[in-house]
Amino acid sequence: MKLELTAEQRAARAEYRAFAQAELAPNAGQWDRDEALPPELFRKLAERGWLGTIVPPEHGGPGLDMITYGLLTEEIGRGCSSTRSLLTVHDMACQGILRWGSRAQREHWLPRLVRGEVIGAFALSEPTAGSDAKGVQTTAEPDGDGYVVNGRKKWITFAQVADLFLVFLQCEGKPTAFLVERNTPGLRIEATKGLLGTRASMLGEMFFEGCRVPAENMVGRPGFGVSHVVAAALEQGRYSVACGSVGIAQAALDASLQYAREREQFGKPIFDHQLVRALLTDMIVQVRAARLMCLRAGYLRQMNDPNAFMETMAAKYLASTVAAKVATDAVQIHGGNGCTDDYPVSRYFRDAKVMEIIEGSTQIQQMTIPRFEFQEL
Amino acid sequence: MDQTQSLPESQSKIKEFLSRFFKNHDLKPEEDIFALGFVNSLLAMQLVAFVEKEFGIRVEDEDLDLDNFRSIQAISNLVAKKSGAAAPVATA
Repeated sequence: MKLELTAEQRAARAEYRAFAQAELAPNAGQWDRDEALPPELFRKLAERGWLGTIVPPEHGGPGLDMITYGLLTEEIGRGCSSTRSLLTVHDMACQGILRWGSRAQREHWLPRLVRGEVIGAFALSEPTAGSDAKGVQTTAEPDGDGYVVNGRKKWITFAQVADLFLVFLQCEGKPTAFLVERNTPGLRIEATKGLLGTRASMLGEMFFEGCRVPAENMVGRPGFGVSHVVAAALEQGRYSVACGSVGIAQAALDASLQYAREREQFGKPIFDHQLVRALLTDMIVQVRAARLMCLRAGYLRQMNDPNAFMETMAAKYLASTVAAKVATDAVQIHGGNGCTDDYPVSRYFRDAKVMEIIEGSTQIQQMTIPRFEFQEL
Repeated sequence: MDQTQSLPESQSKIKEFLSRFFKNHDLKPEEDIFALGFVNSLLAMQLVAFVEKEFGIRVEDEDLDLDNFRSIQAISNLVAKKSGAAAPVATA
């Protein structure tokens, strides 16, 4: 067993960190208030080759190993959770196509997604279907050589700007995945505003009204949309969110350490007050534990191990709950200052809460993880 | 009686993997695992990962057919087809 990054992985992390500190962290607060990421950021990410990094060289991507991918999402998430959300949903679309797309779909879409010419998104949730993925009510009915889609999708991250959506619906009563392009007639998208966290993630609501989609846009086969296509994309998303959660927690810890050394009460830095020190200690070890879980999940994913699914879920469960706890404690340490947007911890606090809801809520993980463990008996 | 010994190697491996989902049940090569129940989303993804890793094949979109995953024999047939070998048959 060897628990350390390779020289290449350390160098990649330094590059991601430098970018996040220079380009993301100083602007994330403003983007949060704007409820949007600036167009030039998409271009910068594409230029660095950080969109679709999971795509292998045969389809034009770098095919990052899963550990390095985790480092990317952690460091980007440490700087700006909304930017990390972009990577997450874009890569989920890539993963769905890479894993279950036809050869033609892979060859057509993946190089464009890698170059950032096409921004991908994942459209599963509906007003009445979230955790219960098979309960989606959007439908696709056969019509000539294609399908007609009707229904509504809600909470779709980056729907305001995405060009290509991996959409999940009922095709003649069977859960099925389709690729739908933004400019398809019959698809209308409205911006969702006023969110609690990851506010710059440009969420939207999608209205499919007689939206005609070619038959070749089906991903996988009817009936396998949730069990295989959603599962593959969500597993990718879970790993991304897990590592991004570690990034939020680390940022909240960094801010708290710095603040505790500078802020004085009762004649000494609050760092020297024992109860504050205890809070910091728990934050430090929880962040480390969550990061180790993510590294293990990344390792098993890299090995294509069947247990990677469970390990990724466990890592997401721990990392998201740790992020929420650590960000809450960071606000506590900052006191009144932590309740303003003069300090980033209030944003971390809001962003961290979202991590416990997306890509499988804490309660869904709690329903599932013990079932996995039972298999191991 | 344990029949594992009489199964071709690929089928033994598949049976061993599936046994974690069908505890206390001696799964027969032709037995329909969907009819037995307990098949859920956890099995679906893990089964794909297992056959790909264990047998070095890639399950493609066109292989997404329940009949390819219905039994030990069916999975073994799929593996044989994907790896270009003849399907092994259990010896009685």
